[in-house]
Amino acid sequence: MSSKIKHSKWKYVLLGAAAWVSAFLLPQAAHAEYADVVINNYADAAGIRPVVFPHWFHRIRFRCKVCHADLGFEFKAGGNKITMAKIIDGKFCGACHNGEIAWSVENCAMCHSGIPGTPTHFHGSTVQRLIAPAYKPVEQKK
Amino acid sequence: MKLRSKSMLLSFALTLAVAGPACSQGYVEIHSGGVAAKPLSYAPDYTPVDEVAPSEQQVLHVAQVAGVNTFNRNLKVDKMKNAPPPEDGIHDTENEGTFVLQAPIEAYKGLPVSEFGNYVDWVKAIDEKKLAPRWDRVDSSEEPFVMDLDIVREVKASVPDVVFPHRQHTEWLACQNCHPAIFIPQKGANQINMSAILLGQKCGVCHGKVSFPITTKSCKKCHSKPKPANWQPPLSDATLKNPWR
Ligand code: HEC
Ligand code: HEC
Ligand code: HEC
Ligand code: HEC
Ligand code: HEC
Ligand code: HEC
Repeated sequence: MSSKIKHSKWKYVLLGAAAWVSAFLLPQAAHAEYADVVINNYADAAGIRPVVFPHWFHRIRFRCKVCHADLGFEFKAGGNKITMAKIIDGKFCGACHNGEIAWSVENCAMCHSGIPGTPTHFHGSTVQRLIAPAYKPVEQKK
Repeated sequence: MKLRSKSMLLSFALTLAVAGPACSQGYVEIHSGGVAAKPLSYAPDYTPVDEVAPSEQQVLHVAQVAGVNTFNRNLKVDKMKNAPPPEDGIHDTENEGTFVLQAPIEAYKGLPVSEFGNYVDWVKAIDEKKLAPRWDRVDSSEEPFVMDLDIVREVKASVPDVVFPHRQHTEWLACQNCHPAIFIPQKGANQINMSAILLGQKCGVCHGKVSFPITTKSCKKCHSKPKPANWQPPLSDATLKNPWR
């Protein structure tokens, strides 16, 4: 009985370590377009591929203000807690992907196109490309 | 005599290193596959800017002492600029939607180029009217409220002073994107420094994520106002009080 518990504990430790390591390795192995965002708060858990949002594609068509001021997207990858329920109510991606401004939500494979298991992240960001994490910001005295 | 034989040996070693089975001579040959080596069937006449990758033909000689002494231990090189979705490492090639998505290079044709980020100069693209992204979700005739106000921030270090231009920002963003959440709208009221920016705060909320990133080639975009000709870097206390000086 007790040995069984021990065994399962190890499995979790190993799984956790593997996830932790892959979280650091994955973004570096990829060479996706600058500013592509992978959104994977819920997708993996729900058994669908993570979402890849291409900033470059959308900024050719819209200024930042449309999404980040009018539609209320916060400047934080994964920070908007987007779900399909909100999308079909016309919020977030659903404000445009409604069959009027852009193609409609039934095209699951267009948005859910990421490699399963990819964590939420911003591709090619300066922070990720640093060899060592930037030191804590020094308090500037005036 | 001694010198000649040495140079003979050296040239022999060199020819072997270049032509022969290099490893046996204490060298490894690394044929760097430059960006040009990748087929760019998407846009044959677009040549992506090759920032760091050495050219295809270049052969690097690295002394073989121990496995750990690779020439570049920490240098990260983009394997491919503006990779199309199926080859970019984050899109799943098992997903048929991936192959319907547009390749960035296709969309960037004709846009002014830059040396970092998307390798597109987004500010110039709007200034030259090559792009007219919508300011409103539905109404394509609405114009942005552009404000031309430069804020100069003097920098203690030797790099040129920072000029924050409102014009380029208000082409893309609304005032409430920055004020007051990121910056108090008052000259000098905000403490900004490079480490905060690199950590993704202040200017780094956008720069390094979506707008142009922080790299050696982009420093002068922000640090654009040259220091006065007689400017000298201030000496640190430790130097002024140095008893051994
Ligand atoms: C316009 C883009 C878009 C389209 C089209 C789309 N989704 Fe999503 N979907 C998202 C985003 C963004 C999320 C949030 C992802 C996350 O955080 O994990 C999401 C989350 C989900 C989730 C997990 C969260 C939840 O709501 O339960 C499921 C399941 C899902 N989508 C299924 C689908 C299916 C099935 C379709 C096709 C009918 C579809 N999606 C079409 C953008 C899209
Ligand atoms: C079509 C809508 C859209 C447009 C246009 C758009 N964005 Fe975004 N932006 C998003 C989405 C979606 C996210 C991810 C939010 C999430 O994962 O919850 C995001 C995230 C971000 C983030 C967060 C980065 C972080 O720290 O995680 C920044 C910064 C950002 N965008 C800046 C910009 C800038 C600058 C522009 C204009 C050049 C722009 N965006 C244009 C939709 C948009
Ligand atoms: C402000 C409107 C707007 C919002 C918000 C928006 N999109 Fe889009 N999106 C568009 C338009 C317009 C297109 C182009 C449609 C077409 O080709 O007909 C598009 C196309 C796309 C494409 C296909 C790109 C290609 O290569 O053809 C993807 C993927 C996508 N959107 C994902 C998303 C996701 C994910 C979200 C939410 C996080 C989102 N979009 C939010 C307007 C929007
Ligand atoms: C990209 C972010 C950004 C946007 C968008 C932006 N500002 Fe600013 N603004 C700044 C920064 C940075 C400063 C300088 C603060 C400092 O020096 O500490 C500033 C300073 C100001 C100041 C103070 C000037 C002074 O001389 O004291 C005013 C007023 C102002 N902004 C108004 C606006 C208005 C109006 C808009 C919209 C049209 C706007 N800003 C859009 C970033 C922004
Ligand atoms: C809310 C997002 C945001 C913040 C915060 C921000 N910027 Fe920008 N900045 C942009 C965008 C978007 C552009 C357009 C060019 C691009 O996307 O590369 C831009 C362009 C610029 C340019 C013009 C480059 C040119 O080619 O003319 C300069 C200079 C600049 N930013 C400096 C700064 C400085 C300095 C700060 C901090 C005080 C700052 N920015 C904060 C979004 C931002
Ligand atoms: C997005 C704009 C931006 C870019 C790009 C940028 N800087 Fe800065 N930098 C700033 C701002 C803003 C400050 C703070 C100025 C002040 O003190 O008010 C600063 C300050 C500095 C300082 C003074 C020390 C400190 O931390 O305050 C140094 C040194 C510096 N930058 C170097 C660089 C180098 C090197 C690069 C290129 C790798 C670079 N900067 C790129 C905006 C930028």
